[in-house]
Amino acid sequence: MFWTKVKRIARSGFYSFWRNGFVSFSGMLVMIITLSVILGTIFLGAILKSSLQEIKNKVDVNVYFVQSASEDDIMAVDKSLQALPEVSSVTYTSADQALSDFKTKHQNDQFTLQALDELGTNPLEASLNVKAKDPSQYEGIAQFLQSSSALSANGASIVDKVNYYQNKDAIDALNRLIDSANRLGFALTMFLVAISILITYNTIRLSIFMSKDEISVMRLVGASRTYIRGPFVISGAMYGLFSAIITLVLFWPITLWLGRVTQNFFIGLNIFSYYVSNFGQIFCIIVFSGVFIGAFSSYLAARKHLKV
Amino acid sequence: MILFDNVSKIYSDSSVALEGISFSVEPNEFVSIVGHSGAGKTTLIKMFLAEEKPTDGAVFFNDTNIQKLKKKEINEFRRKVGTVFQDFRLLPNKTVYENIAFAMEAAGRTDEEIESDVPHVLELVDLAKKIWNFPHELSGGEQQRVAIARAIVNQPDVVIADEPTGNLDPMNTNDIVQILKKINDLGTTVILTTHNKAVIDSLGKRVITMENGKIIRDDKKGKYMV
Repeated sequence: MFWTKVKRIARSGFYSFWRNGFVSFSGMLVMIITLSVILGTIFLGAILKSSLQEIKNKVDVNVYFVQSASEDDIMAVDKSLQALPEVSSVTYTSADQALSDFKTKHQNDQFTLQALDELGTNPLEASLNVKAKDPSQYEGIAQFLQSSSALSANGASIVDKVNYYQNKDAIDALNRLIDSANRLGFALTMFLVAISILITYNTIRLSIFMSKDEISVMRLVGASRTYIRGPFVISGAMYGLFSAIITLVLFWPITLWLGRVTQNFFIGLNIFSYYVSNFGQIFCIIVFSGVFIGAFSSYLAARKHLKV
Repeated sequence: MILFDNVSKIYSDSSVALEGISFSVEPNEFVSIVGHSGAGKTTLIKMFLAEEKPTDGAVFFNDTNIQKLKKKEINEFRRKVGTVFQDFRLLPNKTVYENIAFAMEAAGRTDEEIESDVPHVLELVDLAKKIWNFPHELSGGEQQRVAIARAIVNQPDVVIADEPTGNLDPMNTNDIVQILKKINDLGTTVILTTHNKAVIDSLGKRVITMENGKIIRDDKKGKYMV
């Protein structure tokens, strides 16, 4: 009898979804907006994360060594930096490499190149470019460079300068900005999602309110609460399912267009590529959200009219 | 079978809907309850269907106090009672077949029983040809016949008809009354509320007359005398 009951509830839910065409359509429109907000916040989160990551990657610290420092000494420093858990990468640039890079960069600036030739020697220093896993860790790395004994050759420091201290204010400001952006993004997401869910709940409540006479008739022929509420929950879940599919399809051309338009604006992230490569995960989130919001709203809304 | 024991209903604004109502209905009886609008007929029906609770007194069905039934027991009790209303109260998005099948499904009947009984009961009310129509495609008289088919399909002990002819023309009214009589002849208790004089006079059965929430007459073979 249990499966017969489940089958009847499912059939009845499907019929009521199909036959209440206009109500289903308007319910689905609101649900599509809700799911679009959820999907939009997923993209917004991805854009924010990717942009912040790009900015974080642009932050680095250069350690410049004195002209007399030997390559072995510099390599020793390189090795000890690599061993630090907060360091993400260390890149060595020799004095010769620095000179050739400088020449390439200024190849159209004859005046500068001429001045360099007149010097006769290479004025540039060898350097290590250090990237941390997180911008907040540069302070610790800079302190390590200042205090480490590995920096000394014959008692004298081989480090000429560490540019962290020149950039300290900018890095601190960026850290604060990243923190605030993350917090604000999360709060905004929660707010928008909560508002959309409330609107969907109210729309479904309104459509069930129109069926309140029907519910009272069902009660009077002796139908149980589960048997009355079941089809509404199934209809609600179907609003969610179809709205989710429509939303996912609609976002295909939207992200394709946005991807092209905004690729240069959002550094390094193409929204369309992000959508395609994460489609499985996004599909699950949106379908689950739609079905859950639809079914749960219907469950709550139908409960109100079951008191007869 | 049915006993109203000194039942009163006073609403919160201290308006009195029923006052000291006492009467009993025996199995297989056909009882008409008559009275002007506001006399308390519908409130009486609501008490019996456990839609409302009396302020005082009790309503019994086969020695069970209806107001003391738990939620689940109310569902089971309602399946033993068929109800027909003035406004038909069919489910608008279900076909004639589905409307009747719904009452059977609610009573836990099998698919086989539903498939055999629904066409049969529709033949009884002469609506076999409209089995796949929706309620809005039927006339008032036809809709009421569907409501009656739904009320009797579970073979209830009692059928309650609350002003079933209120929205119908004389010809359809006569059809509905004949169907109710037939149901009664087949052994089901029928309680009919109406203020249609012609219906009461043609029945020649027991008539309870109400006025201002009280019973003023109870005649074994009554006429309409309001």
